[in-house]
Amino acid sequence: MTDQVLPQVTDLPSTVAALKERFPNAVKDDTRSGYQGVIVDPAHLTEFARVIRDEFGFNYLSSVTAVDYLGHGDHLEVVYHAYRVPSGGKPLVFKAQTDRNDAVVPSLVSIYPGADFQEREAYDLYGIHFVGHPNLKRILLWEGFEGYPMRKDYHEAYYEQETKPFDSRWPGGHVFRAEEYNPFGHNVRYPAGFTLDDYKPVAEEQLQQGMALGVDIMGDPAFRTDRLIVNLGPHHPSTHGVFRMMVALTGETIESLEPVMGYLHRNHEKIGERNTWYGNMPFTDRLDYICSMANNLAYAITVEQMMGNQVSVPYRAEVIRVLMAELTRITNHLWAIGFLLNDLGAFFTPALYAIQTREYILDFFEATAGSRMMCNYMRIGGVAKDLMARIRSEAALINDKVRDMDTMEYLDKLINDRLPRSIDELDELLSESEIIKSRCIGVGLLPAEMAIAYSASGPLLRASGVPYDIRRADPYSIYPELEFDICTRPNGDIYDRYYLRLDEMRQSVRILKQILPRLKDTQGQPIFGGKTSYSIKVPAGEAYGHAENPKGELGFYCVSTGGGNPWRYHVRAPSFINLTPLGEMCKGQKVADVVAILGSIDIVLGETDR
Amino acid sequence: MYGSGILKGLGVTFRHLITTFIDDIQWLGRKRDVEVFQQKQSLANRGLVTVEYPEEKLAVPERFRFTPFLITYNQDDPDYPGKDWCTSCGICAKVCPPQCIWIVRGTDPKTGRPKPEPEQFYIDIDICMNCGYCAEYCPFDAIKMDHNYELASYDRTSTHIHDKARLSREIRYWQSIAPTIAAEEEAARGGYDHTDVQKARKKAGLEPSRPDPLKVKPAEPEPAPVAVAVAEAPAAAPQAEAPKAEAAPAASAAPAAPSSAAADGETPPHPGWIKRGKRWIDPNAKVEPVRRKGKSE
Repeated sequence: MTDQVLPQVTDLPSTVAALKERFPNAVKDDTRSGYQGVIVDPAHLTEFARVIRDEFGFNYLSSVTAVDYLGHGDHLEVVYHAYRVPSGGKPLVFKAQTDRNDAVVPSLVSIYPGADFQEREAYDLYGIHFVGHPNLKRILLWEGFEGYPMRKDYHEAYYEQETKPFDSRWPGGHVFRAEEYNPFGHNVRYPAGFTLDDYKPVAEEQLQQGMALGVDIMGDPAFRTDRLIVNLGPHHPSTHGVFRMMVALTGETIESLEPVMGYLHRNHEKIGERNTWYGNMPFTDRLDYICSMANNLAYAITVEQMMGNQVSVPYRAEVIRVLMAELTRITNHLWAIGFLLNDLGAFFTPALYAIQTREYILDFFEATAGSRMMCNYMRIGGVAKDLMARIRSEAALINDKVRDMDTMEYLDKLINDRLPRSIDELDELLSESEIIKSRCIGVGLLPAEMAIAYSASGPLLRASGVPYDIRRADPYSIYPELEFDICTRPNGDIYDRYYLRLDEMRQSVRILKQILPRLKDTQGQPIFGGKTSYSIKVPAGEAYGHAENPKGELGFYCVSTGGGNPWRYHVRAPSFINLTPLGEMCKGQKVADVVAILGSIDIVLGETDR
Repeated sequence: MYGSGILKGLGVTFRHLITTFIDDIQWLGRKRDVEVFQQKQSLANRGLVTVEYPEEKLAVPERFRFTPFLITYNQDDPDYPGKDWCTSCGICAKVCPPQCIWIVRGTDPKTGRPKPEPEQFYIDIDICMNCGYCAEYCPFDAIKMDHNYELASYDRTSTHIHDKARLSREIRYWQSIAPTIAAEEEAARGGYDHTDVQKARKKAGLEPSRPDPLKVKPAEPEPAPVAVAVAEAPAAAPQAEAPKAEAAPAASAAPAAPSSAAADGETPPHPGWIKRGKRWIDPNAKVEPVRRKGKSE
């Protein structure tokens, strides 16, 4: 780990007290009802961050986001959540407030490089200028976009009403299409004084700022080559979606790489603020669409935190939640391994073997939740439905083939026989292959210190030898009573990330084997302990809930003003933040390895771009 | 030895290759058999799992949700033929996350006061995200999620807003696609009838709920027309929803009316299945599948 003097490991209240003593005028408690943490004067923010990292051990800046308190103090607030890695525990929450009209906050990238993309996102969506950021430009929207869409006074093109439910739907709900209501060509607001004749599109050079291209790197003097900028993507099969990597090459060696994203951006967070609290649940399915069950869980535990004692999740619901979350981890890792091998050139044979096994899990999801991938299964205070007694199909269409299986028997066979067998088979097929080893070992190295500094999470962090798993570090659900190991691998290369996923699947099977008897014991017990109303109100306050998703730490930061809709709904997306170290990992590698390195991070663009 | 890892991996792929042939030989000529299909789709399978859509389709589980539809009483109901179950309370429209439901609440022409019936009901299925909240939160069991996922059409603008006529389905259709869930809901309601009907009957001094008319006098099972009518529905244009709904009674007659085999004291593994010799088979699955041109089995 870090070779500094061991930081003082103190509990959170005494840390806060010590910090207040250290910064007498700059740090004060956040006294708003339902809020936690401290408010830091922006002038001392950099110093504060340095102190908490070096002296108090908060070496991992998990989440950086902003909130617009228009009408509630009329300021913008940047919210930081810092953790100790790998020891875990609750976060130190600190905030910096700034004026809406002149939003300036010092950048923390020099202290926490993991703040890079997150600060760019806050700049992009809120218009907060982070002074000292090396590459402050838009990240999800395009250069030249007018306005800051997450601000409360920004209205999108098809804006109808501030919050759902919309009044036009009932009782006089005469149907209209959005495009009739707001026809094409009239759905765009132009900035004042805009004329098309004077419009100049943003040049590509502007996008390439920040790629450190001023530095002259000498190649092999015998083979002097020109620097070449290559766009990998956005339409490229290796990018797992619409994603682009701008790569500056010297010969075949990567000089610098910058990810360009946002092609799938739909402002999930703005939609989330218009939605009701329940309404966000199916939207979380669409973030990382491979792991919808796990996304549901993370959102549910966040809102449950805010609801406090108004909801209590019954034991059986927790058992089912863990069952679903761990099955999801297996589906995701199967998918990730399959497509990593695709990226390495093993065209679809390993991927299809993995998908075949995944399909059995999806069959169970479909029978239980109603959908294979868009599960919408968890509820605030439990789960939607109990398991069916039988996984049964009813034929309604011609040529339908029906199936009928006992659910518990099916799970029993799946967990005790089929999944371990498939994982072993993948291991046998791939792990010792000399081709895979030569492509993967020593490629895309991410040392432990760098992984922590860049806020990497999930398999990416653990493959670098950092035993940090939220299921143990900040436990939720019934994980404390379950036995499993946090897998780590020592080297932090592609092979370790691959192998770590196999190990994690084995640990998930181990958890599932402990879940099965609990599932049998709790048969018939309640599965929901929340409010049965179709619309819930959440007490005013904030909460940051996070869960160990298959891809990393999925966090939700929600702010409520006491109403039926979130005031702020932020997603700390692992696929997005795990891309922060991509440029560093690729530096000095060959261009062909970029595809494999990206595949080993395991991203889903639905979550990256949100 | 260098290369042994690759050989080991190739061994796995070779094993997969062999098992597919074992499957083929084992089930020679019975490729489209329901029993073989069940075996192939089960966890015990080691060979191919491919479902050859659209020649064959995997039937969806009862809880499967696609687009919503509205429940009405059966058209041949003696007391309330075709009456809507929806009371236009608007909960589905309010809970809908993407706001794809539009309801015009009915008003009494004499008094001008709202009455518990929808005048119009629209669902824009382009917007619908199939989350199932409308069905989950409906207090009257009046909106349910359909299993028919084959909704592709050539024209988005004219066919993708479903109006009340298109959305309405008889209760027997729901009972046929999700018998277990329908029975559970019936038990929770306290009878076959709509809760409002139950209240009204109680007020009038009648039994709160009638028994399910279909279960009282089972319709004559006519297996032949079932296949034909159901077969036509997916092939026809979306306007053919009505004939399909009419075909449903015959289709649902099988689960409602106990078959001769069930009368022997044995329960079929699946409602509507009949026994041939030692095996249970699905009579509907015997419909010859659509064959690809030039393909022989």
